[in-house]
Amino acid sequence: MNTNGNTYTVIYSTVLVVLVAAILAFVAMSLQDKQNENIKLETIGKLLGAASQVDTTFTIEEDADVLGLYADNIVAAFFVDGNGEKVQDMNTGKEDKNKIEVTTTSDLKAQNDKFKKLEEGESGLLSELRLPVYIFDIKGHKVTVIPCYGAGLWGPIWGYLALDEDGKTIDGAIFDHKGETPGLGSKIADKPFYGKFHGKTFNMTGEDMFTVAKITAITEPEHSVDAISGATITSQALGKSINLWAKYYKPYLEEAARQAEKTAVSDSTLAAGTMAEPIDSVKTAAADAVETNVNVEE
Amino acid sequence: MSDINYKEVLLKPILKGNPVTVLVLGICSSLAVTVQMEGACVMALSVIIVTGLSSFVASLLRNTIPNRIRIIVQLVIVSLMVILVDQILKAYAYSVSKTLSVYVGLIITNCIVMGRIEAFALGNKPIPSLLDGLANGVGYGLILVVVAFFREILGSGTIFGIRIIPQSFYDAGYMDNGLIILPPMALILLGIIIWIQRSFQKDLQE
Repeated sequence: MNTNGNTYTVIYSTVLVVLVAAILAFVAMSLQDKQNENIKLETIGKLLGAASQVDTTFTIEEDADVLGLYADNIVAAFFVDGNGEKVQDMNTGKEDKNKIEVTTTSDLKAQNDKFKKLEEGESGLLSELRLPVYIFDIKGHKVTVIPCYGAGLWGPIWGYLALDEDGKTIDGAIFDHKGETPGLGSKIADKPFYGKFHGKTFNMTGEDMFTVAKITAITEPEHSVDAISGATITSQALGKSINLWAKYYKPYLEEAARQAEKTAVSDSTLAAGTMAEPIDSVKTAAADAVETNVNVEE
Repeated sequence: MSDINYKEVLLKPILKGNPVTVLVLGICSSLAVTVQMEGACVMALSVIIVTGLSSFVASLLRNTIPNRIRIIVQLVIVSLMVILVDQILKAYAYSVSKTLSVYVGLIITNCIVMGRIEAFALGNKPIPSLLDGLANGVGYGLILVVVAFFREILGSGTIFGIRIIPQSFYDAGYMDNGLIILPPMALILLGIIIWIQRSFQKDLQE
């Protein structure tokens, strides 16, 4: 057979391409459920990982049942819009841990695209934002976990920040990336880097709520983290994405902090007479307050 | 080409005809993924699998492939293998696929895969082609691991992420070499390896 004729070449390439496409489509579709399950498990692990940094005695074993751990420690999970109003609940898996709902990076990307339009001046989108909020109770500490997402050097980078009840103190952080340079930008996913976020705060009044910069360029150490040497673009991109996401979460965070404080103060004035250590009582009262708030909202 | 010397097919790519140090193929990825041992090993393993399988498939089809579009056909075969490996890892070995994510694209562009199909698989039977592909993958992986070993220990003081250089060295003023993490130093290391190899194998000297 003449394998060099035009007809043969055209038919051969068509058949080959269709065949390869069919194989790939079939494999991709049959494996998709399994892959999505893996992504969901990973996201849940990250959420727990960020929240658990509030208490060093709370450890997650390598082969732990993350679904069960999540269902046990989550208090509430819901979406807020850009005005800080709660718009929709997520399944927290209290009844059935296989029905846990979390947002994946593709959901975060959709929100990030809306942020970009908002930054360009399309103000009408603010109420269309669907920003996930996860509230955990880790050994009595109430932490709110919010995500961030942005473009790194080679691909997307994202992460989760665990915030204290005051809505600005960072209790824990965890980051991940699609394909930052191994050994340089990829270090954002390593503990020596994300561990530095613990105890830092958002600047709720200034222009930049949080920065990641090289140490000599840092002016407000309490609102900044030292960048990774050799990974300037990844570090700056991370700082930028935290900033952008924190900005749109700000209305919710401020409102939640106000609520927590208000109930804490009114409870502590009642309790102050009987309690020997009012500071402790404020803490527990505040913790209770968040719980009641959440219940009321539900 | 009817008499295939299997021993030569298997051993030549590892030393005398090493794809990286002798044929100087696949340099780009050996600079990019040799910062850490873990990445280098995962990359080596995936390249071994992909070169082996694509050489095998290309050799099966060798008599039907139209000569004028053979490069594009090879590309389709290689990408099919790479995507299949990636999809299966994503479903059944998610953590491995996370480490591998960047390298998948690099395998498709790796000249060794296409080079071996073009140079060997299109003219030989499937089984020798499979072995040739695997052996070339091993030859490539070997260099990758050697380079990564020096880069990780000198650049970060660790091997597989485990600290090797004791803290007391750092206390005494020792510092990790930041330069070695950057790609140019990989090229220099590669040059040193080629130098050492050629000083032993005189017939390679030009």
